[in-house]
Amino acid sequence: MKNRKSMRFIAALGVLAIVVAACGGGGTDFVEGPLGSVTVEAGDPIEIRSLNVISGPNAFLGQPNEVTVPFAVEDFGPIHGHEVNLGTTVDDSCNADGGQAGAQTLVADEQLVGIIGTACSGAAAAAMPLVSNAGLTMISPANTSPSMTSDLEGNVGDNYYEGYFRTAHNDLFQGQAAANFVFNNLSLTKVALIHDGDPYTNGLTTAFENAFVELGGEITIHTATAPGATDLVPLLTEVAATAPELIFMPIFPDPAIALIQQIRTVAGLEETVVMGADGISVENFMNEPNSEGMYFSGPDTQFGTNTNQETGVTGTQLLERYVAEVGSAPSADFWGHAYDATTILLAAIKAVAVVDGDVLHIDRLALREEVAATSGFNGVIGSITCDDFGDCGAAKISIFQHIDIADHVASKANILYTYPEE
Amino acid sequence: MSHRRYSRRLGWIGGVAMAFVGMIGMIEKFNERLLIAPFLTLGYSVLFGIPLLVGWLAARGEPNPLEDPIRDPRRGAVTGLVTGFIAGLIACVPVILADSLTLTRFLLNMRPQLVDAMTFDLGVPVGIIALVATSAVVGALGGFLFGLPETVRRGISTAAMWVFSITLFEAVVNDVFDFMGRGLNVVYTPFDALQPWAALIIGGLVYWLSTKNRGRVKEFTEKVKEADPRSRLRLSLIGLGALMVIVLPMLLGLIINELLVNVTLFILMGLGLNIVVGLAGLLDLGYVAFFAVGAYGTAVLTSPLSNAFTPTLNWWVALAVVMVLATMAGLLVGTPVIRMRGDYLAIVTLGFGEIVRILLLSDWLTPYFGGAQGIRRIPGVSVPLLGDVGGTRPQVFIYIMMAFVALAVWISHRAQNSRIGRSWAAMREDEDVAEAIGIGTVKAKLLAFITGAIIAAFAGALFSAKVGTVFTNSFDVLVSIIILVVVIVGGMGSIRGVIVGAIVLIGVLGGPKLPGLLVEFTEYKLLIYGAILIFMMLKRPEGLVPSVRRSRELHQDESQQDDWLGKAGRFGEEPQPATVEA
Amino acid sequence: MTATANNVRGRRFRFNWVDGFLWFIRIAAVIAIVVGVTGSIQNFMAGEGPTLVAWRDLIISSISTGFLYGLIALGYSMVYGILGFINFAHGEVFMSGTMIGFVAATIMFENGFWSAYPWAALSIVLLTAMATSISIAVLAERIAYRRLRGAPRLIPLITSIGVSFFLQYAFAGLFGVAPASFPEAPGNLGRTVNILGLPLRGVQVVVIGVAIATMISLWYYVTRTKAGRAIRAVAEDKEIAGLMGINVDRTIVTTFAVGGAMAGVAALMWALLYRSVAFYIGFLPGIKAFTAAVLGGIGNLPGAMLGGVTLGLFEGVGPLLVLGGLGIPAVSQLRDAVAFAALILVLVFRPTGLLGERLGSENRA
Repeated sequence: MKNRKSMRFIAALGVLAIVVAACGGGGTDFVEGPLGSVTVEAGDPIEIRSLNVISGPNAFLGQPNEVTVPFAVEDFGPIHGHEVNLGTTVDDSCNADGGQAGAQTLVADEQLVGIIGTACSGAAAAAMPLVSNAGLTMISPANTSPSMTSDLEGNVGDNYYEGYFRTAHNDLFQGQAAANFVFNNLSLTKVALIHDGDPYTNGLTTAFENAFVELGGEITIHTATAPGATDLVPLLTEVAATAPELIFMPIFPDPAIALIQQIRTVAGLEETVVMGADGISVENFMNEPNSEGMYFSGPDTQFGTNTNQETGVTGTQLLERYVAEVGSAPSADFWGHAYDATTILLAAIKAVAVVDGDVLHIDRLALREEVAATSGFNGVIGSITCDDFGDCGAAKISIFQHIDIADHVASKANILYTYPEE
Repeated sequence: MSHRRYSRRLGWIGGVAMAFVGMIGMIEKFNERLLIAPFLTLGYSVLFGIPLLVGWLAARGEPNPLEDPIRDPRRGAVTGLVTGFIAGLIACVPVILADSLTLTRFLLNMRPQLVDAMTFDLGVPVGIIALVATSAVVGALGGFLFGLPETVRRGISTAAMWVFSITLFEAVVNDVFDFMGRGLNVVYTPFDALQPWAALIIGGLVYWLSTKNRGRVKEFTEKVKEADPRSRLRLSLIGLGALMVIVLPMLLGLIINELLVNVTLFILMGLGLNIVVGLAGLLDLGYVAFFAVGAYGTAVLTSPLSNAFTPTLNWWVALAVVMVLATMAGLLVGTPVIRMRGDYLAIVTLGFGEIVRILLLSDWLTPYFGGAQGIRRIPGVSVPLLGDVGGTRPQVFIYIMMAFVALAVWISHRAQNSRIGRSWAAMREDEDVAEAIGIGTVKAKLLAFITGAIIAAFAGALFSAKVGTVFTNSFDVLVSIIILVVVIVGGMGSIRGVIVGAIVLIGVLGGPKLPGLLVEFTEYKLLIYGAILIFMMLKRPEGLVPSVRRSRELHQDESQQDDWLGKAGRFGEEPQPATVEA
Repeated sequence: MTATANNVRGRRFRFNWVDGFLWFIRIAAVIAIVVGVTGSIQNFMAGEGPTLVAWRDLIISSISTGFLYGLIALGYSMVYGILGFINFAHGEVFMSGTMIGFVAATIMFENGFWSAYPWAALSIVLLTAMATSISIAVLAERIAYRRLRGAPRLIPLITSIGVSFFLQYAFAGLFGVAPASFPEAPGNLGRTVNILGLPLRGVQVVVIGVAIATMISLWYYVTRTKAGRAIRAVAEDKEIAGLMGINVDRTIVTTFAVGGAMAGVAALMWALLYRSVAFYIGFLPGIKAFTAAVLGGIGNLPGAMLGGVTLGLFEGVGPLLVLGGLGIPAVSQLRDAVAFAALILVLVFRPTGLLGERLGSENRA
């Protein structure tokens, strides 16, 4: 019985092979997968696009991607003789409707192979249903919300869709890192949390809260301010009333600058330790006198001699090039992640593209699987490995203390803790 | 004011406008978009559109109802030249400043790129001369154009309008012609600009058509206007229009369909606000609150992830519930404001809108509304045979939207022409008198609020279904104000006006959170909205497509003046005694 | 006959229903406030919540903010009294003062003038801010509002919304969207002084002092000078004032200018207190300042100041005192909601404001 079945199976395969070979025409037997494929004709470029926030008050979040993604495309060079065209960035305005509208523009282009985006998790949540439906692959350099991938314990996130990957870390990771640092290294057990209504900051404070409580610490208060608020004394009074030892405020410069200016004038908070996150490890905040002595957590950006395996560019070189191009330091921390995300995508395209003379065939499902199989990829941010739900970050969080408002570089190098601990 | 002084003043204004447009970075940004190869970019069009306009206006002179303006091309050209020259001189100021001082610490855009943009990359000494010269020449052209005989003038302006539209809206044109095969792409260069020969051909063609056939077109439109509403002509036109509207989404690609969905969303909300502001005269600046009630209500009821309400309802059931909620919200907002003056009403409704948004965002109500994380995984509208239709299928969703728009139009139309509509009109004119003659203003106001709220709730429910996730940043005061601008610019109280307003503003410039067809304008669209609002209020408060009644109300002084002067009224009609019309 | 009778009956029934609802709101608000305050007092007795010192500091801080709102509210009140519409753009008049003041301050800061001659530097910034605010206010009147004098009430209101937007985004385009930081108050203003046993930051003293001084000079101006009397006359009745020989146009421009000057003063105070300037800081404070003007009684200048202080207290202390006492988490997020709720409640409880309205004959409802 078994022999006959396998005989029939082999015979069927044989027939199939002959049929395919006969219909193949040229020298290759390219079979399109269930998600379809893109055919790049002779002389045409390979199309990828960036979906990013480039206008409006949140444009500073997308600026790093705007700079380093073109660098990566330039450095990677042509694939199998075809140029790579990044085209114009599509704006998603850092919110859900913008993300959906932008995604619609992108999926309408049948020649599109992959997307680098977004900067804001809200936009990605609305864009992914469309992107996934169209069979495309999207790698985000800056989304950190756990709902986009998973809770790192095997449970899929609410907004997870096939085809989504990211080189940025998962918020749960940073929450754990920060909680460990505060509890173990600083030996403080009473923490007040402040967020500013943005899903990113709220996600971070929630992640911190869960991790910290599990370690045995106490959250004295979990409150929020509104962006654009300038009088923060009432908020600080509310916080001071709970007598925290440390305030964790992973917010953005907009209320943070005013907050740090007013914090020492409120009774009870004169000596409280303050900790922020990557949202405020930027120039205008770190210039504030009161920010000296603060701790900052965030993705590790001391890339130093980390070298991207596809282009040979090191972290230091990339940063220098960034500053030379823009004239100032990056306004957000994910510039390296954007570079690596692009090179991973391009490397995957190179690997799965089927060369048929002057024509390329790129199968969409194969591309996704190739990216998903990324393991030990050496990027500017470190060693990158993708898990089952799209989290491909280098998974390295570092916490530094700001020691000199005149020299931010030195402060950022003053790392007191890295996670995972070695 | 003497003619000379007037043209000099226009020159100053034009120059300041050119300088301003440069200093906000518009020229640089718009120079990235080439309109007609090889030189004419959007940036230069805007920059030199200003001297063209002021040259034209200077040749016209100050508007005087007692005389018609003198049209002499040579005189106009000279006036325009002077005006353009002055404008150009003033426009040089930021260029020189940007070149010699470093002001970028404060004024972000005063950098070398600005100098390059405004001097045709020629640098300071030479470029300045080029700038002033071009401005002067263009101004002269504007004045010259004013002086030309009417047919020529109209022909040129129509031709220019067509050419610019074809290049500006290249995305739509390409989309439409893609459907018929890739034939038209030869007209555009690889950078999506119009080939110069194509521009000339199209311009020439339109010019010829408009001058030769203008009479025929006018005859036709007159015939249509005067035709009996039930005549075959009218009915066939309406039928054709309806057919086009139904077939169009299938022809246009995904991108345009997505844009259309957004436009129809604003049409829907505009119609609702039109009832509150346009018909009943209540300036509601917190309209977005009702939108939020619809959106969040649907989200909570239909999403499997909403913690407060675990069963997931069908979208249509949720819609019914949300309608009830909207009615309650309308009553809640309407009752306290019933006795308030117009402006207080505006601020209080704005306050309500903000309170709703803050509560939805708050940590306190997060267990119910998701707080900062919003509510996700909202299923679409469940359509039999098609499953859940959401934003992933704009070609289908647009039909659902159009159905609701039709419903809203029907509601508006019936309301306007009913007893309640006349109560609103009376209330709008003079509330005390209306009260005195026995119109229940309380009931009328509440009804206006409730109707507006229900329509907004429809829009909210559709929005939720479309986007699939709701965050509170889609419901801020900006949205209310944009809807207000749409209603006002389109025409307060006029259903057609609202539709036109939405298409023109949202479709072309973009909504509060979304880009429109002209993607380059995204950064400046709110600035332009403000300018448009001011301009419309000063020149044409009744809007683009006014309701006849409203324009009579707003131009009472002028129509009286025209009566006195014995001339035909503003709208080409003979002065008539006021009639009661819708 | 029967129809009219029915109508009257129907109307009265509805009237009662509306009135009933309003009474319900009044009672609910009073209950909420009482319960909230009691809850806070209980917390305090139990040793939780802010200490007495913290409450005291909070009250002082809220009062200084309130004086700021009062200064801005003066402009709203004056324009409403004279022209009868809310000038939405007044918030932007204030914002423009802060932006240009910031430019002046930063320039002086960077070449050391700021720290060397603090009072001179502050005066220069004050004059710059006032000049800017006055210019923007007068320009707005000339370009946008002058032609709309006789128009139906809503038209100038909507136009002012357009002006507000235009100014906001013009500044955003010129100066960028990112918030900028005003240099720290120079010299002794950074220290804390003791007045009447209460510790006040130098800056707070300056704010309160300047606000009171401005109020007094404005009062003097309006009651004693010829121009001030002209303003009051035109506010009372434009036509008759014109017939009496007052140049109405010029008086209106003066009103806008004075309102702008007040906003300019407020701009400097704001910059010293909060130090954060951006293109959007005019909108919300503008609305709150109008709320303050209504609170005190629109058209009434001392009322504007009182309304400002009251609003500052409501907004600063209210969330913590009332909502915190009710057990609501994260009350500081609800601050703006409390400010708007205060507006709604004032208009429900006492529509003419605390000190009563002062409006001209045309504008009284």
